Amino acid sequence: MRYLPKSPSERRSMLDAIGVATVEDLFKTIPEKFRLRDPLKLPGPLSETEIIQYFQARAAENSRGYTSFLGAGVYNHLRSVVTDALIQRGEFLTSYTPYQAEISQGTLEAIFEFQTLICQLTGQEVANASMYDGSTALTEAVLMAERLTSRHTVLIARTVHPEYRQVLQTYAKHLGITIREIGFTESGQIDQAALGRESFADVAAVVVHSPNFFGVIEEIPQLAELAHAGGALLVDGITEAVSLGIVKPPAEADIVAMECQSLGVAPSYGGPYVGVIATRDKFVRQLPGRLAGQAFDAEGRRGFVLTLATREQHIRREKATSNICTNEALFALAATIHMTLLGKAGLRELAEQNLAKARFARAELEKIPGVRRPFSGPIFNEFVLEFPRSIKLMNKWLLEDKIIGPLAIGTAYPDLSKRGLFCVTETMPRAEIERLVACIKRMMESSSSGESKS
Amino acid sequence: MSESIKTEPESSELESGKITKARRHVSQNEGLIFEKSAPGKRGIELPPLDVPAVDAASELGQQHVRAEVEGFPEVSEIEVIRHFTRLSTWNYAIDLGMYPLGSCTMKYNPRVNEFVARLDGLATEHPYQPIELSQGVLRILSDLQKCLLEITGMDAVTLEPVAGAQGELAGLLMIRACLEARGNPRKKVLIPDSAHGTNPASVVIAGYEVQNIKSNARGQLDTDHLREFVTEDVAALMLTNPTTLGVFEERIAEIADILHQRGALLYMDGANMNALAGVTRPGDFGVDVMHLNLHKTFSTPHGGGGPGAGPVVVKKILEPYLPVPVVVEKEPGKFALDSNRPKSIGRVRAYCGNFGVLLRALAYTLAYGPGIRQATEDAVVNANYLRKKLEGVFDLPYPLPSLHEVVFSDARQKKHGVNTMDIAKRLIDYGFHPYTTAFPLIVPGALMIEPTESESREECDLFVEAMRAIAEEAENNPELVKTAPHSTGVGRLDEVAAARKPVLRWKP
Repeated sequence: MRYLPKSPSERRSMLDAIGVATVEDLFKTIPEKFRLRDPLKLPGPLSETEIIQYFQARAAENSRGYTSFLGAGVYNHLRSVVTDALIQRGEFLTSYTPYQAEISQGTLEAIFEFQTLICQLTGQEVANASMYDGSTALTEAVLMAERLTSRHTVLIARTVHPEYRQVLQTYAKHLGITIREIGFTESGQIDQAALGRESFADVAAVVVHSPNFFGVIEEIPQLAELAHAGGALLVDGITEAVSLGIVKPPAEADIVAMECQSLGVAPSYGGPYVGVIATRDKFVRQLPGRLAGQAFDAEGRRGFVLTLATREQHIRREKATSNICTNEALFALAATIHMTLLGKAGLRELAEQNLAKARFARAELEKIPGVRRPFSGPIFNEFVLEFPRSIKLMNKWLLEDKIIGPLAIGTAYPDLSKRGLFCVTETMPRAEIERLVACIKRMMESSSSGESKS
Repeated sequence: MSESIKTEPESSELESGKITKARRHVSQNEGLIFEKSAPGKRGIELPPLDVPAVDAASELGQQHVRAEVEGFPEVSEIEVIRHFTRLSTWNYAIDLGMYPLGSCTMKYNPRVNEFVARLDGLATEHPYQPIELSQGVLRILSDLQKCLLEITGMDAVTLEPVAGAQGELAGLLMIRACLEARGNPRKKVLIPDSAHGTNPASVVIAGYEVQNIKSNARGQLDTDHLREFVTEDVAALMLTNPTTLGVFEERIAEIADILHQRGALLYMDGANMNALAGVTRPGDFGVDVMHLNLHKTFSTPHGGGGPGAGPVVVKKILEPYLPVPVVVEKEPGKFALDSNRPKSIGRVRAYCGNFGVLLRALAYTLAYGPGIRQATEDAVVNANYLRKKLEGVFDLPYPLPSLHEVVFSDARQKKHGVNTMDIAKRLIDYGFHPYTTAFPLIVPGALMIEPTESESREECDLFVEAMRAIAEEAENNPELVKTAPHSTGVGRLDEVAAARKPVLRWKP
């Protein structure tokens, strides 16, 4: 087998050196009745060529050749070949968590840069070395708020990504945390009046997403004021990190939980992505996950180490701030390289292009008779539109034109049927936007005149 | 005396003498990227905008528009390439040599897995695209599920958890849901003192209390002792098997029986599955639920700390409680995601798990097929070979037969003031990544060595040579070991000072 570096005679000589007759002798501590007699029934072995053939065949069974207007927390943005070439260097790809600092300075310095870039981007003071993804980062941010306030109720906006809210429910269920949901207004933002009427007696955190699930930017300064007046913290989740190239960072929020997939990480059917938590310096000891910090050796040379480990499970066990161990280091590195490549001007331009493309697409779609904008709030690169007919049916027809249409949000919000969530990033050519508009227009016209498409 | 202390190795020692595996070479100095930034440079250019530009202030409202990102770097493409390439040369990696971190299973990460994970049609797929356009993705997941069930001998599986610790949590939540349905979720989870730190941390999130139980003098779980602990309050035992000593829990079936008789369940931490794949199946010896670390046994790259994946396999009784969504084969060759499962513990992460990691694990499994047993055998041969060659040089506190890893202690070297961390740091000068130090907690001054199957006899011999040389140095020149490493860009860093006044970001 090509991955195994031993010849039969080397195996024999090693067994001799150990002093056993057969390899079976090394497994004698496993009770015999539990030792397998027959080989496992697994497909393979496959050569490299066959492995590639298998996966190419699977790739051909997916959406290749389709144009997609899906977002909802997973975004199709440019990714530089530079990023991918660098993260495939074996020294980054095949190294472990940098516990041995002297031979892990590459990873450690990159984490330190990641933490810095995330602080600059979010307007926060300190960021960790990464979390699994945005959904678990948001959940951990809530648990962190609970520890910081010693309160046990969470007020979460219904405009927060539905699957993120479900993850929070799973984690909170046995921790004695009560979750109350707050509705939204015609702006598509959290209902501040309703929030103001809530009793804040036991409220640890107000939790929002901005831009939210409808693509609408929330009023972070006002929400922070409301939360703080009630003695609670404001937790802001961000699924679209590119928005921070132009949208004001949530500096007034106490904890920011961000998904960095937008920053150079492929959609890859949902993962691996990279979450991160950023917060105020004074909360650092309740921050979950790893942290890289600056340190010096005896000769005064600067280096970096994993620090404040007394928050973590390998030291504190059941008293740790979280059970997280493995994080998403390689993709935090990808995000670091991507942000570095973009730089100040590149990130700005990228954000401006998203803003312009989404505006263009929305304006063109709104020209179609019967199409309505249900929410009036400001958007970045996603928007909801209401159609006179079922989104699911519309999407079915769009597939015939090789277009993956908007997400039908009625599935998660039964009160919002016939509404579709579109995402238009810088990667979407104008011609494809125009094709989408033409297809929908044709569809609407044919349905209003009573004809069927076929 | 102090004049005779040798803190720098002789150059001959590094170039031609005892240290065979490594030699010095120049490595580049490199500051932080922020220290290289100059206004007006950039590393990515975008295609021109093909729709009318918009004014951000009038579109978003002035109050929502930010100024430029203060401090963000401004560098060119070549500077980015050089910066991160230079940083990479400061890392040790499996691609460079043996990485014998016990419990971490640092094996070869096949390159073809990287290639297939990046294919157009796999890396490009969106989790909300129509199910009929996701059949390739779902078939990969379904094929992996079948492989994992065959290897573990269990009945059902979730691929949702994205790390071992999240798998633990999902498994514990399923146990809780199952016991709740039986009428009493119970209060405690038993954890042996040799367990990983994630075990107790996960137990707490599942709403249970941790009850630690001591291993016996042989490093095994005492069944009589266990009987006393398993009361009506105990929901489960979380057991790592082989234990963190690298030793199979010989009375595993009896342990399972004790738990089952009293209505409790057996959770197995699958971190050490690399000792068992193809040789024995947890499903056959009484395990009810276990997680697998695909970034250990199944070769997906650690990437400096992640990503991972922590699928959980369960027995039939726990299947109704699997987290959503579950990949199902509705009819032969037609796959779907099932989220309509009323008894499910819910969702543990948005979307569908770490698909990119899961597909690499399948690529690994397909490469071996039934031959996966050979990998297990080679891993166990390597560990036993190192043990045989180093026994007598290092103290072996638990002399039971080893499987995939061996745990020594620094008891002999301690007499000369040299501890496990010193030996670990000196190994760096010899061209190796250190083993795991100071774990498991039941071995004071532990040296936990897991070579994996990826090491040749030659590499194992070099390691033995290095360890023996260091043991000699510990006796004859302890200062040399205590001040190691001597060959790295930075020496031992002052972690205490770093934690006292943490600097966690660059500032201008």
